[in-house]
Amino acid sequence: MKPTMRKFAPTILIIGVFVFWELFCLLAGISELVLPRPTRILAAFFEYAPAIMPHAWQTLYTTLVGFSFGVMIGLSLGVLIGSSKLAYDTAYPLLVGISSIPKVAVVPILVLWFGAGTVPAILTAMIICIFPIVVNVSTGIATVEPELEDVMRSLKAKRWEMLWNVGLPRSMPYFFASLKVAITLSFVGSVIAETVASNKGVGNMMLIASSSFNVPLVFAGLMILAVMGITLYAIFSVVERRMVGWALRKQ
Amino acid sequence: MSMARFVELENVGVTFGQGPEQTEALQPTSLTVERGDFLAFVGPSGCGKSTILKLVSELLRPTTGNIFFGGRELGAKPVRVGMAFQSASLLPWMSVRDNVMLPLKIVPPFKSGFRSKKNGEYRDRADALLAQVGLEDFADKSPWQLSGGMMQRANLCRALIHDPDILLLDEPFGALDQFTREELWQTLQDLWIDRKSTVMLVTHDLREAAYLANRICVMSPRPGRIIDDRQVSFARPRPIDLTFDPDFVTLVQDLRGLIVHAPNVKKVDAT
Repeated sequence: MKPTMRKFAPTILIIGVFVFWELFCLLAGISELVLPRPTRILAAFFEYAPAIMPHAWQTLYTTLVGFSFGVMIGLSLGVLIGSSKLAYDTAYPLLVGISSIPKVAVVPILVLWFGAGTVPAILTAMIICIFPIVVNVSTGIATVEPELEDVMRSLKAKRWEMLWNVGLPRSMPYFFASLKVAITLSFVGSVIAETVASNKGVGNMMLIASSSFNVPLVFAGLMILAVMGITLYAIFSVVERRMVGWALRKQ
Repeated sequence: MSMARFVELENVGVTFGQGPEQTEALQPTSLTVERGDFLAFVGPSGCGKSTILKLVSELLRPTTGNIFFGGRELGAKPVRVGMAFQSASLLPWMSVRDNVMLPLKIVPPFKSGFRSKKNGEYRDRADALLAQVGLEDFADKSPWQLSGGMMQRANLCRALIHDPDILLLDEPFGALDQFTREELWQTLQDLWIDRKSTVMLVTHDLREAAYLANRICVMSPRPGRIIDDRQVSFARPRPIDLTFDPDFVTLVQDLRGLIVHAPNVKKVDAT
């Protein structure tokens, strides 16, 4: 394949999928109640835009707030666990245990405690994104090369000097890589919480739309979620490249 | 400080583990290193060569015996140590110069002035050292832009920047090809002649030991002990052609014979 072809291949595929979807629905005569055509979804999006946007902002808001708290907690826990072998061995099984609980199952409990609405969505977004950050940061800090550790120890470096000069910078590529995963997960978390227990947000809007068989609006909701998800992912990819380009340029 | 007894090991032994899984890494060993000496340890792998370096750098505590430094017990007064390993382990997020300056950020008395001097005095100090090993044009580069030999040169600079009392090298050139290795030998010799540092070098390359060291300690297989301790008196600076000199070849063959035929006097009792 020519280099230029190769560069545009992903774009061509994406457009191709939509074109296929459109044609398939048209030619096979698929009902709009089952699977609306992309053009119809786009039309529905613009038609309902004034109604959709407040929900979209709500979802974005709960996601970002939950994500921010998740990052703070995840980073602190990761540093704490990664910088001590004892803490690493002690806390790791518990973390794995917590992470293997489906977070959807926690939402009813959060609703029980905080009532339906914004708070459970923020908390779900937070809880769901903590774990990948903790695992990545602690791994980055805990896997400093033994030779480097010996060099630092022979210089009589203190624990915090070791962490500040070696452990933390070394874990940054892991941290930023986990942010990309974490922001996507946060998004999933807040939409789930909205769907289960909220009167605001895209998740809630889609639930109501589907119960009134407004299928194009359901798909329009899906579309805005996809757009926001991809945008957030892209932003954090750029941040990653800016912050820890040295790790990507290696080799 | 007197020439003699710069570093002194007195019946120092190291045992790892406890109970039935106990292994003796180093049999009680006594050794005196003079200030400004260049001492090499050779021996089969796992013979406790590196253990001695770890003892002197306080990375490891001896199970038995005492270590003295400048007449005082180790730990009484902070000993400034420079260390380099086979893996250069430069920090990839820093320039080569910043990597070399890292010890100045950590070791007193340099660390107190780091903020104010890192763009002046310390920077010049690092650049001078880098120039000495031929890396003057690479100070601003990232470590990953360097070849293996260049990384080891930078690694040597990092080990020397804080004027260590003693330089400890653990197979620093083990991963390099023959030509690069011989270049690095000359660089290290030049640095040593220039600075008169006390050096303890661990290597499994007998030619390396014979070329670089003033004194060679041959160690037995585990549990290690020193089975031969000899002076090497070739004139300095030693040219690389020295390695083809009959006396040099004889020395290397002697060392090889000692290691191959080393009697494993004290077997570890596994039960």
